[in-house]
Amino acid sequence: MVQAVINRQAVGAVPALREPYLQAYRYMALARVLDDKFASLYRGGKIQGGVFLSRGQEALSVSVGLSLCKGDVFAPLIRDTAGRLAFGEPILDAVRTYLGSPLGPMRGRDGNVHRGRPKAGLLAMISHLGAMISVVNGMLLARRLKGAAGTVGVASIGDGATSTGAFHEALNQAAVERLPLVLVIANNQYAYSTPTSRQFACRSLVDKAVGYGVGCSAVDGTDLAACLSVVGEAVSEAREGRGPQMVVAQLLRLCGHGEHDDASYVDPKIKRSPVGRDCLKVSEEYLLQQCWADADTLNSWRREAAQNVDEAIATVQREPTPDPYREDWSALVSKHLTEPHSEPANGL
Amino acid sequence: MSITYLEAIREAQARALAEDPRVFIYGQDVGAFGGAFKATKNLAKEFPGRVIDAPISEDAIVGLAVGAAIEGMRPIVEMQFADFSTPGFNQIVNQAATLFWRTQVPCPITIRLPSGGTAGSGPFHSQCMESVYSHYPGLVVMTPATVEDAYSMLLEAVALDDPVIFCEHKLLYYHLKAEKLPSEALPVGKARIAREGRDMTIVAYSAMVHEALAVAEEFATEGTEIEVVDLRSVKPLDTDTVMASAARTGRLLCVGEEWPWGGVTAEVVARVASEGFGLLDAPPQRLNAKDTPVPFHPNLWAAHRPTARSIAVAARNLLRL
Repeated sequence: MVQAVINRQAVGAVPALREPYLQAYRYMALARVLDDKFASLYRGGKIQGGVFLSRGQEALSVSVGLSLCKGDVFAPLIRDTAGRLAFGEPILDAVRTYLGSPLGPMRGRDGNVHRGRPKAGLLAMISHLGAMISVVNGMLLARRLKGAAGTVGVASIGDGATSTGAFHEALNQAAVERLPLVLVIANNQYAYSTPTSRQFACRSLVDKAVGYGVGCSAVDGTDLAACLSVVGEAVSEAREGRGPQMVVAQLLRLCGHGEHDDASYVDPKIKRSPVGRDCLKVSEEYLLQQCWADADTLNSWRREAAQNVDEAIATVQREPTPDPYREDWSALVSKHLTEPHSEPANGL
Repeated sequence: MSITYLEAIREAQARALAEDPRVFIYGQDVGAFGGAFKATKNLAKEFPGRVIDAPISEDAIVGLAVGAAIEGMRPIVEMQFADFSTPGFNQIVNQAATLFWRTQVPCPITIRLPSGGTAGSGPFHSQCMESVYSHYPGLVVMTPATVEDAYSMLLEAVALDDPVIFCEHKLLYYHLKAEKLPSEALPVGKARIAREGRDMTIVAYSAMVHEALAVAEEFATEGTEIEVVDLRSVKPLDTDTVMASAARTGRLLCVGEEWPWGGVTAEVVARVASEGFGLLDAPPQRLNAKDTPVPFHPNLWAAHRPTARSIAVAARNLLRL
């Protein structure tokens, strides 16, 4: 059934919000510190390949991570550092994947944001946008077939991915099967360099959910309290069996697509508009204003975050690098079916 | 009592569903309707809730199967036609095929592709996709030519911990019959000598095995003995059996229904030429379909793909080299 499309406002400051807000803020601050560290390692030539930051998307992302429980499924996309941490991804997994450590979950075979632990419910994204949504659907359908109830799956995507066929197929599939999927869209105004005016022509991305009979809410992605409330409610709706839900957050990517990109194409007017606010700064001001924490406390949290990140990086920098001679160079579980492709023979 | 190639595929799925609660079937029209070719006839009734109709969304169909596999299930996906696997291509080659290598989580899914031409089917209901999928690491590609292999290899596909592209040939569905289902089979990855011979080797797979056997029968009446090797699976490719046959006969012709640029036949010829050049008495030859889309009209279609007639011409030429 199509639910009413509503534009929820930030909930008022209530004491019950204090604890989740502070918990969320700490993950956001940690994510920012971790991201900044990756950026500096990249600039110092210590990271191979790209670095992709979550700057400006922490409030939305952390709300996803905190709305989920152990046993749920989360398919993060490239700007989900905060959500991953809140969902339980160790800092070491992130650092080991960026630095290519063979001790990390991807063992140097894949890098940067392409990491996860599928058996723990954290999927490792492929680069093709929209492709993870139906994989989450499959995990949820499998649980239904096995008689397990009450788990939810979240897939994160951006405004650009809403133009892919995979997005449409998977959202429709979830609706047809009435799966407990929550699709969280960060409309960060640009897909790489392409503005939303060249991405879609509907008034709002919320309209896309209506077409599939999926409930959808819009939220200000710069407002942590609003994100916690709206994402949390969508997850609850899905968990209670009301079918797939979609959340569209308005925010601005406060960085390039990757650290190689100076984002000079971003319209200065958007940067100055409310959507261009930095959610981390906004939440800091809010919790200071509410007297939920003082400046010294915030500083001590930042120092603690920096210390944890520095320790993880120091640990991983002492680890070995991948050894091509120890690779089995087989993509199959069934080793006996691996083809023995011979190298050109010597001495012929 | 006899059983057709298509019935063997249905029976294999029924057995997999009966023996393993992790197995389910997902695809377009596979439920109460029983599939476009009736390969899942009555299975929805026999196994309630486990034979599931999908929307026309090949990408999401394969993606869902991968997700279910992560959760420990063993989905069988039916693509209505092999040709329609292309909208699901991304999920097959980039999601399913890379999952284990990237994450150490196996991806035991079987994707059934009703493959190959039948008269009047035209460009979009006739394709063979085995070479395309074989190109990608992380996939096993099976191409059964017999009723027995259709049955035993499909069961083996479901049992394997890797994603399997199961290319079943539509031309064999109804007319190819066996007396009974097999109780034992060669393991996947082993080719089969479909007919022994000393003068020349024809390597084929799927429907082309039967065209090659017809040529071998014809040549036998003239005193020329052709050995026919049925590859059974094209990935992995049983190079040893091919090489041993080429060593016995000294002449190699490889036949495939696919298009001529690259592919299985090129792979076979390349391997024999590079590793067994000295075994050959003549340059290795290959025969494929013509390099156009598959034509609709039966006259054109019959001339587009290799047949016993065109294989016989190629074989005679090779014997003269």
